[in-house]
Amino acid sequence: MTYQAAPKDWTQSAVETRFAVPDMHCAGCIAKIERMLPQQPGISAARVNFSSRTVAVTHEPDLAEPDLIRAFDAIGYDAQPLHNAAASQRSIALKRLVRALAVAGFAAMNVMLLSVSVWSGAEGSARSLFHWISALIAIPAVAYAGRPFFASAWKALRVGRTNMDVPISVGVTLATGMSLYETIFDGPHAYFDGALMLLTFLLAGRVLDEMMRGRAASGAEALVRRTAPGAMRLDADGSSHWIAADGLQPGDRVLVAAGERLAADGVITSGTSRFDLSLLTGESRPVALGPGALAAAGTLNLDGPVTLEVTAVGEARAIAEIARLMEGAAQAKSAYVRLADRAARFYAPAVHLLAGLSFAGWMLAGAGWHESMLIAIAVLIITCPCALGLAVPVAQVVVCGAMMRDGLLVKNGDALERLAQADKALFDKTGTITLGRPEPSGLEALSDEERAIGRGLAMASRHPLATSLRHALGGAQVGPAILTDIEEVPGEGVLARFNGAAVAMRRPTPQELDGIDDDLVMAVTLDLGRIHVIRFADAIRPGAAQALAELETLGLPAAIMSGDRPETVGAVATLLGIAGKGGMRPAEKLARLESEVAAGQRPLMVGDGLNDGPALAAAHVSMAPASASDVGQQAADIVFLGDSLLAIPKAVRAARATMRIVRQNFALAIGYNIFAVPLAIAGLVTPLVAAIAMSSSSLIVIANSLRLRWAVK
Amino acid sequence: MNGVLILIPIALFLGLAGLVAFLWSLRTGQFEDPDGAAMRILIDDQDGPLT
Repeated sequence: MTYQAAPKDWTQSAVETRFAVPDMHCAGCIAKIERMLPQQPGISAARVNFSSRTVAVTHEPDLAEPDLIRAFDAIGYDAQPLHNAAASQRSIALKRLVRALAVAGFAAMNVMLLSVSVWSGAEGSARSLFHWISALIAIPAVAYAGRPFFASAWKALRVGRTNMDVPISVGVTLATGMSLYETIFDGPHAYFDGALMLLTFLLAGRVLDEMMRGRAASGAEALVRRTAPGAMRLDADGSSHWIAADGLQPGDRVLVAAGERLAADGVITSGTSRFDLSLLTGESRPVALGPGALAAAGTLNLDGPVTLEVTAVGEARAIAEIARLMEGAAQAKSAYVRLADRAARFYAPAVHLLAGLSFAGWMLAGAGWHESMLIAIAVLIITCPCALGLAVPVAQVVVCGAMMRDGLLVKNGDALERLAQADKALFDKTGTITLGRPEPSGLEALSDEERAIGRGLAMASRHPLATSLRHALGGAQVGPAILTDIEEVPGEGVLARFNGAAVAMRRPTPQELDGIDDDLVMAVTLDLGRIHVIRFADAIRPGAAQALAELETLGLPAAIMSGDRPETVGAVATLLGIAGKGGMRPAEKLARLESEVAAGQRPLMVGDGLNDGPALAAAHVSMAPASASDVGQQAADIVFLGDSLLAIPKAVRAARATMRIVRQNFALAIGYNIFAVPLAIAGLVTPLVAAIAMSSSSLIVIANSLRLRWAVK
Repeated sequence: MNGVLILIPIALFLGLAGLVAFLWSLRTGQFEDPDGAAMRILIDDQDGPLT
């Protein structure tokens, strides 16, 4: 068995890097990674976490990320580096809550055991003994497990506000204090069990809430590729080595190979290539840049290697402008108040008022302060938002689990509330309505043998068009052909021999493209004896038309808002039968969303690019495909996996079902209060009644929420 | 009554033992990878040929 931690026999300076490896799916994968990765040079240990699909690799400090990714590649896995301090902080917060829940649960069960004997008639010294034991268990447990509530209540009170935690803290503290008084003076009623059960139920709600956030966010993090983790820097002596993006300085010379993203803005000093700006501007047509031209960070180098002199890094980069726009937009959005907090705003004062009134009422009726106090505490315990505290988190955890199984990652709980309210949908074009990657057409003309050769050629190159061709030909029954003398000429293509005959995958000549400038057309020529020109176009996502129709019937009319040329946008919009506007800069998209939000509309923004970032942050709610840029994924509330756009109406339906259940839960919780509070005010609630009422209302709310397991359709 | 005086400490001790065991398992990271633990029992201990 391999349950112990990674061996510590490695040198002191060994470092650990975490990678997301989404392709792991069986025990064989775990064994393969943990046994074969340490056989790669410089790697001492690998530890798989199957639940989060991550691998922690212990390695020598001079091994850079690309080397490690290559090591994964060598054993057949795609790996993406993870850089997240936030996730570990979140798991610490979760652990603290779970510990508090364990303590509260232990104490509640043991005190309940003793309380049952008191309720069933223990008298005199036995009752006194049981109360004393309960007090000994309950007081330290309340002090420990109640801390999350006390801290939050104190924080709210200090700034003169009140939240759900204030009545909880007051209720628990008063109940414990009063029960201690009863114990000392040998009274009949102690509420230790009530106070502890309250804490247990509420902590269970908090743990679920925290767990859902952590799980969804780590799922989304696993998909986040950083725009450019680093670059190959050329030193003065001609040697080159990989450094991280934040280590780059203006004036550095960096080499960018075909298929790599730029880590910094720079001026091209040598080489010519075409660049894909779609992530930055939404423009789907690549642009050719040569020496002297300025290339922006985040763009993808398509053709050949180029050398750049870095002009701007970090904050000064062109994408930093987008980041600034996003920051402003995100601040405006944080004003949204969650449903539970809106309820708490009315609930907390009402509870305090009720308890105060019943105390005063019984005092006036001449009941004496001791009895009045007991009744007031019973009111506080009965009204404590046990069921209310569970109403939202349980529903959200259940539905988020169901959505995750369907490829929808919800990054925070109130995203569902906001999605349920959305009344229109705005789509980016490139990468959102369309797949955002070149899809080859005309492959039917190829024979089986030609497909195999084409696949073999495509596998030899990392050019984006070759990658796309490889995926498209991957489905053939025949495997890749065995080629010899394979040579990749940067900017030209791949040359090889098959059974002695020369074959090639190369850039098309102007004649082959009927004289059209090849900068305008994405195509490759497969020269396999016969010449095939394979053209590439950005295809519309599967299910797009159906998804838009379903959104329409759900009351979310759609429109396109793109940075691409108006003609291209117009063509796609007409094809799908919706409105479309092209040529929009990030600031214009942001302005449109801000004006719509200001006008009281609740737009759902779906986008993927860096240029959509501000709009995603400003929208009432936002979604991004898993293929989106990391900026897009971070700004979006919900990330959907897979190519199909049908995920969007599915998410809207699930969100609405969730809100329906949450509202039912609130109604159940309030209905319970209407029934129980008069009893408490009348002084009829003994600790036994309180225990039964509290647990049954919580169980009903949980059972109702479990119906959401089947809500994602 | 004498029985209770023995039984209550035993009950409390057992409950406490359960709590300590849970906190220990939490601290040693046994809840970090529940799915992986289910998979790992299928891995052979020997470094035999992999399928």
